[in-house]
Amino acid sequence: MNNLLALDISAWQHRHILDIQDFSADEINLVMLTADIMSKHMSGPIKKTGSLRGKTIVTLFYEASTRTRGSFELAAKNLGADVVNMTVQSSSVSKGESLINTLNTLESIGADMIVMRHHLSGAHYSAVPFMRANLINAGDGWHAHPTQALLDLYTIRQHLGSAQGLKTVIIGDIRHSRVAHSNIWCLSKMGARVVLCAPPTLLPAGLDNTHNLFPKVEVEYNISNALVDADVVMELRLQKERMRGDLLPGLDEFIYGYQLNAARLALAKPHVIVMHPGPVNEDVEMATDVLHSPRAVVTNQVTNGVAVRMAILQLLSIG
Amino acid sequence: MKDILIKNGRIINPATGTDEIGDLLLSNGRIKQLGQNISCQNNETIDATSLVVCPGFVDLHCHLRQPGFEAKETISSGSKAAAKGGFTTVCCMPNTNPPLDNLPLITYVNTIAEKEASIRILPIGCITRARKGDELADMAAMAQAGVVGFSDDGSYVKNPQIMRRAMEYSLPLGLPVIEHCEDTALAADGQMNEGIVATALGLCGIPAAAEDVAVARDIILAELTGARLHIAHVSTKGAVELIRQGKKRGVRLTAEVTPHHLALTEERVLGFNTQAKVAPPLRTQSDIDALIEGLIDGTIDAIATDHAPHTINDKLCEFGSAACGISGLETAFAVLMKLVHSGKLPLPMLIAKLTNEPASILRMRLGSLEVGAPADIAIFAPDIEWTVDTANFASKGHNTPFAGETLKGKVRTTIYSGQIVYQDNE
Repeated sequence: MNNLLALDISAWQHRHILDIQDFSADEINLVMLTADIMSKHMSGPIKKTGSLRGKTIVTLFYEASTRTRGSFELAAKNLGADVVNMTVQSSSVSKGESLINTLNTLESIGADMIVMRHHLSGAHYSAVPFMRANLINAGDGWHAHPTQALLDLYTIRQHLGSAQGLKTVIIGDIRHSRVAHSNIWCLSKMGARVVLCAPPTLLPAGLDNTHNLFPKVEVEYNISNALVDADVVMELRLQKERMRGDLLPGLDEFIYGYQLNAARLALAKPHVIVMHPGPVNEDVEMATDVLHSPRAVVTNQVTNGVAVRMAILQLLSIG
Repeated sequence: MKDILIKNGRIINPATGTDEIGDLLLSNGRIKQLGQNISCQNNETIDATSLVVCPGFVDLHCHLRQPGFEAKETISSGSKAAAKGGFTTVCCMPNTNPPLDNLPLITYVNTIAEKEASIRILPIGCITRARKGDELADMAAMAQAGVVGFSDDGSYVKNPQIMRRAMEYSLPLGLPVIEHCEDTALAADGQMNEGIVATALGLCGIPAAAEDVAVARDIILAELTGARLHIAHVSTKGAVELIRQGKKRGVRLTAEVTPHHLALTEERVLGFNTQAKVAPPLRTQSDIDALIEGLIDGTIDAIATDHAPHTINDKLCEFGSAACGISGLETAFAVLMKLVHSGKLPLPMLIAKLTNEPASILRMRLGSLEVGAPADIAIFAPDIEWTVDTANFASKGHNTPFAGETLKGKVRTTIYSGQIVYQDNE
């Protein structure tokens, strides 16, 4: 952990992590370097550091989650913080308490940082002007999942060196995916080419690149065309709970048009890496043989998630 | 009651094309004389030098929230806000609790207005019982009680057969059906205008087509029935064009637009700004350009506030949970003056859209300075700058995206029926 002291953290501007689009490239690089240190530390004999000892971190999830929540909890514990997990059912939220009051209550019981997932886009934005604790977005509606984008970038760096100039292809239910949204911002900022591949009903509106409010992306309806010479392929989970009958005729049609299988993957570059934010619907968006092939880095993503979240918590505590 | 003599103002009366410096004498609640160098005994004189004198504004569309939502607004507080905004007549929408769908409820509003309102309140009755869209409300009885139109505002009348029958039933009553045109299926779950801003925010969008489809259907039904149709809060370029074509074919059609749809684009929502959440949603610059064009060529008859007051907590929450609406009566005029100051709309035309044009939709002798008309007057300073501070609002609703903005154009005096009901003392 002594390496941490050698880092130049002057680029760091964040008190809260709401979004990825307000990160500068320098900040993103700082997160990557900090995560490198965390990663090295975790592969040593003693995973825990004491750098957040005495801090209390609360995770507050309005939506079910296993890996993101577990990842944050482990990250916090590895740094020596105390962690309290709040679920909506066991809190007074179900009694109609407002979000701001809930968060202020958590601050009052001693939370120094709050990791929140919320089903409504922008929920964090509405609360943050009233908060003393650091607020970390663990996913909000269709809007953003900044730590996922950072851990995805970290994984790309680990395997391919840098995102600069890479052809990255995101496939699946992009319209409802905060993972896709944050990755589009993050990858574009780091110089990657972003290709979106989905049926038109699963794409968000307005992607005509005439606006400066959203990164420039390419849209390709045909998965084979999209995969040609790809360096990175991200398949998204087909969110059955968000699907409506008017978006897709059915799973079979989706599998026929958009499943990542070995034949299709062969169109990509030989060094291609296959990513997925998880949990994977095996043989729906991704064929089993691809998921368990050497090209798939899904488990690396999960491992890296802990290091990247440790980096975020660490930077917030000293920033 | 003392006579009021308004001296030396720029008198603009769009109904007659008057735009001249002169005097205006009010007596017994009526306009007595308009001319030069008027003098009279026993009067209260208002020096209107460098000010504009025009008919009091007529708002075809506001929400006064009483009965049922008195924490948001009451007829009393809403009428004070209206007076502060230069309005002397406002039509209030029936989406109260209970909704205004029968005679006793209309009588209730009229009674409260008589007792507590400082200006003229004209209720609008529901089209359908409880605004549910299933069966017609007591339209004839409400017409007897004095409603000026029928609307399920806030909700679209989904079933075209119900809409057709409502239009037919309105024919002998002579009153317009006022529709909130937003196709329910196309707008489903939408939080703001569909497009790249909604995409960037991860919010579900409402396409302009949701409005266009609804407007097209209702114009066709108005054509079928011969009924009077008034389109509330037009927000899209497509709707403007549909209304233009419908009017050309002779459909009995009128339309209104709000100040916020003329002034703001969807980008005001960036940062998840709940104050910019409104139905229909804020659209794009090309929609604004089409709306202004529609005002100028007469496609859009009137400007209406859609004043929609809410409590602080109605807006202090997640964007998806926030209420729709803007408290607009007190900022409407100054926001609209931007169009005048930027040269997009001549001042007399702006005043027409706020006075005689909406009055003609109501078929009432309002919004004009003709001798004998009710002495409803707005006096404003076109060039005075002021900063919107919701702490000074008369409305209970402090929900406005214009808070903190400096606007140019300020109402100084509002006179209703010959009585000064608002005087700006700053």
